[in-house]
Amino acid sequence: MSTTKMHAIQGVNAALHQAMAEDEKVLVLGEDIADPEGGGITGAAQGLSTKFGDRVRSTPISEQAIVGAAIGAAMAGYKPVAEIMLMNFTTVAMDMIFNHAAKLRFMSGGQTSVPIVIRTLTGAGWQTAGQHADHLEGWFAHAAGIKVVAPSSPADYKGLMLSCIQDPDPCIFIESAGTMFIPSEVDDDQGPIPLGKARIVQEGTDVTLVTWSSQCIRAQMALEGFAEAGVSVELIDLRTISPWDRETVLASAQKTGRVLIAHEAVRDFGPGAEIAATINEELFGKLKAPVRRLGAPKCPVPFAKALEDAYIVQPADMIAAVKGLMS
Amino acid sequence: MSEASNAPQPDTKALVDIYRRMVRIERNDDAILSTIRKGRLQMPYYSARGQEVIPATVSHFLTDEDQICTIYRGIQDMVAKDMPLKPLWAEIAGRVDGTCKGKGGPMHLTHPETGVMVTTGIVGSSMPIANGLAWAAQLDGSKRVVIAYFGDGASNIGAFHEAMNLAGLWKLPVIFVCPNNRYAEHTSFEKGTAVDKISKRAVGYGMPGFTIDGNDPFEMYAHVATAIDRARAGEGPTLLECNTFRFMGHVLGDDMKYMPEGELAKAKENDPLPAFRQKLLDDGHATEAQLEEMTQQIEQEVAAAREFGMASEVPSADELRRDVFEQEMSA
Repeated sequence: MSTTKMHAIQGVNAALHQAMAEDEKVLVLGEDIADPEGGGITGAAQGLSTKFGDRVRSTPISEQAIVGAAIGAAMAGYKPVAEIMLMNFTTVAMDMIFNHAAKLRFMSGGQTSVPIVIRTLTGAGWQTAGQHADHLEGWFAHAAGIKVVAPSSPADYKGLMLSCIQDPDPCIFIESAGTMFIPSEVDDDQGPIPLGKARIVQEGTDVTLVTWSSQCIRAQMALEGFAEAGVSVELIDLRTISPWDRETVLASAQKTGRVLIAHEAVRDFGPGAEIAATINEELFGKLKAPVRRLGAPKCPVPFAKALEDAYIVQPADMIAAVKGLMS
Repeated sequence: MSEASNAPQPDTKALVDIYRRMVRIERNDDAILSTIRKGRLQMPYYSARGQEVIPATVSHFLTDEDQICTIYRGIQDMVAKDMPLKPLWAEIAGRVDGTCKGKGGPMHLTHPETGVMVTTGIVGSSMPIANGLAWAAQLDGSKRVVIAYFGDGASNIGAFHEAMNLAGLWKLPVIFVCPNNRYAEHTSFEKGTAVDKISKRAVGYGMPGFTIDGNDPFEMYAHVATAIDRARAGEGPTLLECNTFRFMGHVLGDDMKYMPEGELAKAKENDPLPAFRQKLLDDGHATEAQLEEMTQQIEQEVAAAREFGMASEVPSADELRRDVFEQEMSA
């Protein structure tokens, strides 16, 4: 089987090209998304407008109008993929996403549906400060009717994007800066990867480490440290935050008896709390230690490099937490 | 009532059709009010009594293929578009035979078969979604048009401006229809809007805009005909500000103390329904007997719909797991 070495965004680009070629109902829209404007902020849409013409449209800086147009077109049978340049800008379109895209199927008694994908870039570590870097997956995961996907590997970026486009319901697809700089081989015929299924990155027996997106990359940077500490860590990339793969996480937690959850989102009221609560409800008495969470402090993403480094959960923090679970 | 000479003119058939739609709205509204007052329906109700000419005239030009996005005061818009009344009544009663299985209710009625695509409870949100439906029509190469209904208050929310700009930019087949009923909840138009006419805002978004007497079927007819022709021809959107008044205030139970004394009484003197009826009779478009028979038929339809809706079963709690996603959620 032939493979191609690619970055995460190239995985997205490959998925968009494939989906648009396979299904003429797939549309792409967003700020700067057409080729003359650069194919989106990361270039994930490069080549699409040249190849697919009017099905790819650059838009004004109007997030409500972008998501609204995607919703309406989806209700009329299209499969729009909207780029909201940065995740913080989804806040401007929250009414469209939360009150409409997520709810119209239910509120119409199943008569209408909104199969859209919202691609959005985020992630701390690039000194973009408090309005360009938030991980808001917990906000969206709290809403009924919307799926939340946050891959870490180039293959998953491609396969999960293909699944989001095919999915009959709205999906938020989080592209985190921390995942974008480690290329890896992707099968040329990489197809859709099912939503709601976690990936076990490394098997282990002592501690289950649940991560996704950028923190799965940082967890992989900590693997050597775990080994040096003599701890066998089972690293899980959750991949889909909502609906999340309870089966895989609970099976691993039952096996190891110790769980650490690490996400880039703020720790308090973050997705880790939901996962920890579920593990406690299902496995109380079988755990060897309380479930631990690592996340950002409840503070806006800071600008100064020293502050930003302290804000982000680092591989060393994971190593310390894993050691703590073992003691 | 004006009858400008060079504008599109309604013939007798059109006038009677517009009147029929107005009566359908008003008789249905009356039945909802009386059912609520008897304590048999529990729902927040935003009557549009007094605004009937606007959706009746717009709907005269629409087919089932054409689509509307409307708002919480939008029952009149779907009744005008000939949405069947039985599922409407079952929905406002919160029953299983409701068009949304009782999950949406009066503020969120949806009926794609007759083009009722979205009814939103969020001010301004009908417009960005109408754009998307219109974008689909454009991509399909279809002649269908989309109506975005919204109130005067919605012209001050961001969604209006974003949606108008995109529609103008992409020349979408959408008509923005604003019944300006002079009040945004309890705040008068003048206290909430920096311009004297909402239609002036169309200039900023590259589309024609008109302020018209929304209680005058002739003036409405001429402007709607032109706007729909323009949209079907691929020439882009139009903003129609249709001046009118809501006789029941914001929501049922509104004491309307925020209105200057005499304003409501004066507006009621301009009630479009009896005025238009008299015009039809005076000009020989219909006879008393014809209009009486029409009204009776509509009353029978409304009564049957009410009976059907109130007799429908209440939904089971299992419905909470259905229609959240396409795939039913596990218990």
